[in-house]
Amino acid sequence: MVELALPKNSQIKSGKHWPAPAGAKKVKTFKIYRYDPETGGNPRWDTYDVDVDACGPMVLDALLYIKNSIDPTLAFRRSCREGVCGSCAMNIGGRNTLACTHGWEEVPGKAVQISPLPHMPVVKDLIPDLTLFYAQYASIEPWLHTDTPEPQTEWKQSPKDREKLDGLYECILCACCSTSCPSYWWNGDKYLGPAALLHAYRWLIDSRDEATGDRLDALEDPFKLYRCHTIMNCAQVCPKGLNPAKAIAEIKKMMVERVV
Amino acid sequence: MTDTSRGLPERPMSPHLSVWRWHITMACSILHRGCIMGLWVGAVILAGWVAALATSPEAYAGYLAVIGSPIGKLVLLGETFAVFFNVAYTIRQTFWDAGKGFTPRFADMTGAMAIAFAVVATIVTWVIAHANGAF
Repeated sequence: MVELALPKNSQIKSGKHWPAPAGAKKVKTFKIYRYDPETGGNPRWDTYDVDVDACGPMVLDALLYIKNSIDPTLAFRRSCREGVCGSCAMNIGGRNTLACTHGWEEVPGKAVQISPLPHMPVVKDLIPDLTLFYAQYASIEPWLHTDTPEPQTEWKQSPKDREKLDGLYECILCACCSTSCPSYWWNGDKYLGPAALLHAYRWLIDSRDEATGDRLDALEDPFKLYRCHTIMNCAQVCPKGLNPAKAIAEIKKMMVERVV
Repeated sequence: MTDTSRGLPERPMSPHLSVWRWHITMACSILHRGCIMGLWVGAVILAGWVAALATSPEAYAGYLAVIGSPIGKLVLLGETFAVFFNVAYTIRQTFWDAGKGFTPRFADMTGAMAIAFAVVATIVTWVIAHANGAF
């Protein structure tokens, strides 16, 4: 359902300010979304003046610096710090991206504003609850479906057929795309979202998969697939440069092709 | 989905529209939505015009006075834009339906072109209408 404003308990109040240490030469302000379930209350914007000479070039470096040197209560997910795991996906400067591969100098504006992935239930600070997102991924049954007896060796695929998976298999499920999508914001409970649909397409065009018809049947629904209105936010923000919008369009084409 | 059974407060929703920095493609999409709604109003205006024409010369003159008023003209100006933007956007969508034009930069460009086309076509239409004594 379209709800342009945030619910009452989610409206963000102004929070604490953490000034830069004396003697800091180059200072950058980070405006960070804070929410603590233990203390309750509404979320708030805390601002941290960071001595950026003391930290690395990426937003994740700054977040780690804040957590280690300024405010240890700041909570966020991170792991690989090289754009492979997808843990540190968040909204940085108004766009979803990975904190580990996005330089804080690239963020326009005076302060670097950081909030959790949009329109998600917040567990704490920059950590959203991705339960639904993962359930939607599971719902497209992201594994090989076959009826023919298993071969003695591996399932064979020609290099040409394998190429069809390029631009799809690289997805790291960071949820940047799905949570960038206004259709997903308003109908996230019924619309599968760009990430799950990109994966659906990945299995639909896999030459080894034998459940194409069943997979298309499962997507034939007013919401699951067709809530995509080609707003394109998904492709605009994907930190891996993938194009869920195009994958969704290809699924829609397959839907048409099988009835004509 | 949101398990708050341990007595914790209900989880807040993270900010979305209020923090989002828009792309041209998103603006075009929402503008297109607005234009479609505008065209529904346009259909009602058109139906009203036909109804007034069928009713009586007085009703028709009255109707023309309403849609010829400054506010009426503003609405018609908006309708003109809505028609042209819808045409341009539909062409864009036709290419999308064929799986073409999905790279973000290209989609930004075609979106900007759709807006530019609608603006120019609206101006040209109104200049021609004015030159021909329509108002």
